[in-house]
Amino acid sequence: MTDTLYPHRHLLGIQGLGQQEITALLDLSDSYVDKNRSTDRKMSTLRGKTVINLFFENSTRTRTSFELAGKRLGADVINMSVQASSVAKGETLIDTAMTLNAMHVDVLVVRHADSGAAQLLSQKVNCSVINAGDGQHEHPTQALLDALTIRRRKGHLDGLTVAICGDVRHSRVARSNIHLLNVMGANVRLVAPRTLLPSQIDRMGVEVFHDMRKGLKDCDIVMMLRVQNERMAGNFIPSIREYFHFFGLDYEKLSVAKPDALIMHPGPMNRGVEIDSDLADDVERSVIREQVEMGVAVRMACLDILTRNQAEAK
Amino acid sequence: MSIHTPGRVAYTNARLLDPASGLDAKGALLTDGEIIIDVGPGLFAGGVPAGIETIDCGGACLAPGLVDMRVQLREPGEEHKETLLSAGHAAVAGGVTSMVCLPNTDPVIDDVATMEFVARRARKNGLTKVYPYGAVTKGLEGKELAEIGMLAEAGALAFTDGTVSIKNAQTMRRALAYAATFGLLIVQHAEEPTMAAGGVMNEGEMATRLGLSGISPAAEAIMLERDMRLVEITGGRYHAAHVATAEGVEIIRKAKAKGLAVTCDTAPPYFALNELAVGEYRTFAKLSPPLRSEDDRRAVVEGIKDGTIDIIASDHAPQDQDSKRLPFAQAAAGGVGLETLLAISLELYHNGHLPLLKLIERLTFAPAKLLGLKAGRLKAGAAADLVLFDPDKPWKVNPQAFHSKSKNTPFDARPVQGKVLRTIVDGRTVFVHD
Repeated sequence: MTDTLYPHRHLLGIQGLGQQEITALLDLSDSYVDKNRSTDRKMSTLRGKTVINLFFENSTRTRTSFELAGKRLGADVINMSVQASSVAKGETLIDTAMTLNAMHVDVLVVRHADSGAAQLLSQKVNCSVINAGDGQHEHPTQALLDALTIRRRKGHLDGLTVAICGDVRHSRVARSNIHLLNVMGANVRLVAPRTLLPSQIDRMGVEVFHDMRKGLKDCDIVMMLRVQNERMAGNFIPSIREYFHFFGLDYEKLSVAKPDALIMHPGPMNRGVEIDSDLADDVERSVIREQVEMGVAVRMACLDILTRNQAEAK
Repeated sequence: MSIHTPGRVAYTNARLLDPASGLDAKGALLTDGEIIIDVGPGLFAGGVPAGIETIDCGGACLAPGLVDMRVQLREPGEEHKETLLSAGHAAVAGGVTSMVCLPNTDPVIDDVATMEFVARRARKNGLTKVYPYGAVTKGLEGKELAEIGMLAEAGALAFTDGTVSIKNAQTMRRALAYAATFGLLIVQHAEEPTMAAGGVMNEGEMATRLGLSGISPAAEAIMLERDMRLVEITGGRYHAAHVATAEGVEIIRKAKAKGLAVTCDTAPPYFALNELAVGEYRTFAKLSPPLRSEDDRRAVVEGIKDGTIDIIASDHAPQDQDSKRLPFAQAAAGGVGLETLLAISLELYHNGHLPLLKLIERLTFAPAKLLGLKAGRLKAGAAADLVLFDPDKPWKVNPQAFHSKSKNTPFDARPVQGKVLRTIVDGRTVFVHD
């Protein structure tokens, strides 16, 4: 039956989703967390369904997470990495999608370096599309797994103060999290140097800080973003050393946050760049590994709901 | 194809619009062969003498044919997007009787041979007259000056590097100074390239939400400010193409007040649309320069009203499906505009911003005068290049009905008012609305 609380064919972004829809996804994810922790992890919910992980960008974590989610639910999962191969031959995004569509795929999980790519695909195919990250636009399953992690630890999302720190400009994770946390009633802060904040970001319902000591004051959650060394140094920031000095998370900067503040990171981490290595491994504060665990559950929930909605539509 | 020019033709029962003389009155016009021989309110008051072919205009507006000073043709090089013939049909359907094409073809129009090729091919079609710009720099690379003087002798009306800015200040200075030697005009796409690099739409909240890289409106202002200084020290003639920002308009306004030989144009998207047209990654709304904010759009309208913006040009930029059906960042920029130029421009008249005659001036006499074309007027002795149009007739933009090979309009399905009924080039009717 169609999930009445999340009645959509695709998951392209968090923007536009309401509290009910997000809560529905989180509730279902929660049930999969328990299932994943049990010894009997193999299900047949998606037996006979085909899920294709169509990745135009390198990713190990997200792809593996989706693969595992699909397999646990009993689906046939195929991984396609389209870095150089077809694109170099002149095949476009749409051509690739049309080809896969003709093979009667049920779910396409797409990652692409261009913003809007997942949406473009969704207009051209009959199957469900899950956006696994499009350019600097959105990464909805990451925001959902972050929310699930927080909700399980804190019991709720509303009223919490969440500081998102680092390269907001280039981050789809930040954008999806801003949308989700705002909808769910949390207070969102951004902490970053001005060069790493996109224009008019303050209009997205966030409070902007440029000083970690002010931005982290009394917050419940500290979300660190990955700094992409390659293109950052000398360009948006003078050096990694200077960045860590002012914006890297360490025990000293964290001391102004609430004593039970949690530390999150979407991974992969750059230890010693945006986060102090000891802090990242501190089981008292860091929930980074838990986020990875939640990721599988969230992706199972998404695959489950979207394929259910499909069956109804047919 | 043989081109037959008729003898004497009388256009009666027309609302005559001639911005050069300020004429806006009911009357008639007489052509003989390729030229206008008489025009005025009293003409044929006693009826048209026998033996003269008569066309009853039915009270519609008869104006000089539109002079479109910014058109990208794709021939030679990209004939799958547009040819001289398809552009010619699109132009006459849009009431355009003269168009000036950018040199960004393949090969680039930076030598006399390529220029003559384009001119000859266009003449053979017998549709809209095509005039070329010459390249300012060889290969549009912004390094060495092209043969500006000789290209001018061969017929280049003015000089531009087309869709790219002349970024090196010293090169621009020399281009302005050298062109000024011959009294020639330099047309600039004013956008500071390092500021625009990687950007795909207007910088701001919308780009941030869509996760797209923005181009600050300052990119236009910075280039224009620099160029104004270069104009000042060289005494050159300068024209800024498709001005799209409030600051850009203001810089031109000040330069004119200072007495510099500076003019500018804009295109319909920049006074009829803003960045919201991008919506959810609509690549047909990806233009260069990008669609700007609502404040910028209003400032462009103000600029047209007060004369800071001298000219409206279509900025016709055909792109095929394959160039547009891509993720937004990868898609080609540009929109077709020949067939919507008049109707979208008429919105300025219908919305009360500009009297009809003033609007027609921006589309005809102003560009003709700037480029030294003997066009854009209803006057005995002038070329019989005319457009007959109904300014009120409503229709809906339908790209599938376009004559242009490419359908990439940002105005898809827009309800508009004002229809071209007949287009006349050199005395010949080349388009009739059915």
